[in-house]
Formats: sequence, C-alpha cells, structure tokens
Amino acid sequence: MRFTKDHEWVALDGDVATIGITAYAAEQLGDVVFVETPEPGKTVKAGEGLAVVESVKAASDVYAPVSGEVIEANEALSGAPETVNDQPEGAGWFARVRLADKAQYESLMDRAAYDAFLETL
Amino acid sequence: MSDPDLKITPLYEAHLAAGARMVPFAGYSMPVQYRDGVLKEHVWTRTHAGLFDVSHMGQARLRGENPFEAFQAVTPGDFVGLKPGKQRYSVLLNASGGIIDDLMAARPDADGLFIVVNGACKDNDFKVMAEQLAGRVEIERLENRALLALQGPEAARVLAGHVPQAASMVFMDSLSCEGLGTDLILSRSGYTGEDGYEISVPADQAARVWALLLEDERVRPIGLGARDSLRLEAGLPLYGHDVDESVSPIEADLAFAVSPKRRLAADFPGAARILAELADGPPRKRVALKVLEGAPAREGAEIADADGKVVGVITSGGFSPSLSIPIAMGFVPPGLAGVGTALKVIVRGKPQTAEVVAMPFVPHQYVRKL
Repeated sequence: MRFTKDHEWVALDGDVATIGITAYAAEQLGDVVFVETPEPGKTVKAGEGLAVVESVKAASDVYAPVSGEVIEANEALSGAPETVNDQPEGAGWFARVRLADKAQYESLMDRAAYDAFLETL
Repeated sequence: MSDPDLKITPLYEAHLAAGARMVPFAGYSMPVQYRDGVLKEHVWTRTHAGLFDVSHMGQARLRGENPFEAFQAVTPGDFVGLKPGKQRYSVLLNASGGIIDDLMAARPDADGLFIVVNGACKDNDFKVMAEQLAGRVEIERLENRALLALQGPEAARVLAGHVPQAASMVFMDSLSCEGLGTDLILSRSGYTGEDGYEISVPADQAARVWALLLEDERVRPIGLGARDSLRLEAGLPLYGHDVDESVSPIEADLAFAVSPKRRLAADFPGAARILAELADGPPRKRVALKVLEGAPAREGAEIADADGKVVGVITSGGFSPSLSIPIAMGFVPPGLAGVGTALKVIVRGKPQTAEVVAMPFVPHQYVRKL
C-alpha cells in the first residue's frame, strides 16, 4: 500500500489500483454520511478530484493519487457510507483505477514514510 | 498552544482536557467536537443532556430610566410589556428593516434589561446600540461572565439537582439566583429545540461549574458541530448564514418577533418595508427543505424549480442525524414556499430532488407549562 500527503491510500493488484482514504483522514473527517464515487469509464489524472466524501460537518474532495481509467466504484458506500469510518483502509475503498503509469505508484510514500509524515502534523 | 489571533473562553483548558478539536469561530478558539464526534454528541443531546460553552456570545446589561422602552427603538419587540422574570427573542434592525443580529432580551431581576447577542456580531451590535440609544441607556458589557447551555430531555432534572428554582421555570423564563456555588442568570431556553437552560456565570467560576455539571453521568460536553446540526433540525436560523443585514424578519420567517402592538404603532426601524411585507408577502421566504436524494446541500448551493430554473439559494444545510437524511434551509419566492412544493437543489452541478417541509424538522420540546 502507498500513501499521499492528502491522506489517500493506493493498493496495487497487477495494473489495478484500489483507492481510499487513510484511517487518519477518516478520523479527522468524523462521521461520513455520503460518498460520491466516480463513474466507471471516467479517466482521471493524478491530483484531480476522484470522489467527494461528506461528513456531518463538511464536504471534502478525494484526489486521485494516480492517473488512469476508473473501472469500478464502490457502490456499497451509497447505502453504507459509515464503512469509510469503520474500515477506511479496507471495505471503505472508493474506486478502482487501471493504472496508466506504474512509476506514479512507486513515487508515492510507503507506510513507514506516511507514518513519519503523520508525526510531523 | 492557542492561536494568538484568537480569543479564548474561560473553558479553553477544560475543552482541551476533554479531547476537543478546536476551531476558529466568531474570533474565538472554540470546540467543534469532543472525542465522541458530532453524530454521537447530537444524539446524546436529543436523548440525555448536552453541555455547551457559548461564552463567545455577548452578554450585556442595559440600564437607564426606562431601558425597556428605549430598546424598542432598535427592535420590533414589545419590551415595555416584558414582564419581570421573562425573556424574549428579538432582532436588532437597521433603517431598512434588515436584521443586524438576533438576540435574547430578559428581565431576570430588577437590574435593567439583560441581553445576549451573537459572538460574531457583538462588537457591532453594542456600537449600534450605543449610537442609537445614546442618552437613554447605559450599556455594560459583561465581559466578566461566561455562558453555558445545558440542553436535552434530562437537562431540567440535572439542573434542579443543583438549583431547585430551575424546576419551577418554564420556557423563556429568566431568573437571577444563587446556585452551583455562585451567582447565576438562568433562562429556560437554548438553541437546539430541546428543553434546557442557558446559564450565565462569573468567568472565574465557569470552569468549576462546567466540571460540576459534567460530574453527572447524564451530561456530556457537546461541540459547535452538533450545536449546528441541532439548531438546523430545530429550524432555527443562524445569523451570518440564514440571516444577514439584507434579510427582513418577515423574509426570515421570524414574523413572531414583530409584536402586534408595534405593528399598530409602526414605530420600529424599517417599519415601512416590514409592514408592507406582512400585508403583501415578502419577495423571498426562508423555507425548510428535505433533500430526498444524493448529497447534503450546503450553504451556497442553488435551488431550482421543477423546470430547472434557479429560484433561490441554500443558506445552511447538512445531514440530519435524527432523520438520517440531508436537510437544509434556503430562500425561495413565496409562490414556491408552500409545504409540499417539489424543488431541486444543485450540488456539484447535479440537480437533486428536494421538498419544502414544515419547520421545524424535529419537533421542539420546550416546556411551556408545568
């Protein structure tokens, strides 16, 4: 699993990247009440908006950590947005993207680097 | 460390100790939530008793020969008719009948009029009052007092355990008394839709009183996040969001704050506009909306009619923990303000179905009779 400074995570299986937000981000957001996931077929660029997550307090953008084509969105979140709080780095994933460039994944932080980054916040 | 640009209340250390997440609000560093989070804090207040720090709000005494009559020069309320021991909700009006702030004004004792205004507006409010009421009242800002709110179905039983007189008050009663080991100004009111009290205490007693009330297992500290979702469900407007200086009390659905006597006398600021709006209807009206699909519609989202034409804007909105759907308030033309009117709210470019519903979203639990 790799991580961004915006607190997204990416897990890679072949050339398919599963994307979500980290436990830290979910804790900061508070109770998630709505998730807007991208339409499959959409092409996203790294750094662009991929999804929107709404807590009781506010709406927050989730950015694509890598570029590629969305091949699947987590439909289960529409009925159970609280999954993002309960299992942020598992069942609370947002979308699967077919990776355009594997080097982008490699350039992201690994767990140790992300944990070190969290220590600085 | 607190942000040096922000003021703090006497409860700042207590908030940090309770695990609060602090945010800037009205120039103060205030707790938006504690460890439980907004959703649980909201539900706790609706089912037990929530304790809020609202010390950022502006408390003052207006004294003079007849501060009640004088106060009518800046408000549309009947303060000459305000009986000892009673409190009224009112609005401070500008010359065009727009709302400078909303406020509570009370006679808790024989010491003039006790008022509480919004924190973000207080400096301007007191400046306006000083200008408009010069020579008629002396304004003393009570910077040495903190303000707590105890809200929820168990609030009355909790407070009566400390202050027996609290039990004999009804909604909008106001009382100066001794209790909780200090001198108090109590009112049976609040801004959550629940039964409860606002408790003004000397600043140097606030942390002790706060801790004493929290010793009761029915009471938990509640942050501004839940305060906002609670007042939204209660249909209560938030100044600076749902109401500003361009909005009249009639547009804001606050006609009850314009007293029948004052309507006849037509002697308040902006009377021409406000009386015309009462007679002919206002050009826009604050309504309650249930969002029937999709994301919460928040402040700034456009409201469209069934044909997709933009007809208004959301002024506050979010997710209702009690109803488990998104709810919102906004302004629409009166022809679209009727309960049951189908409208759209535009969130991130997408129209979502919404419906005008009766205010409040969640019934008020005020204790009007004992």
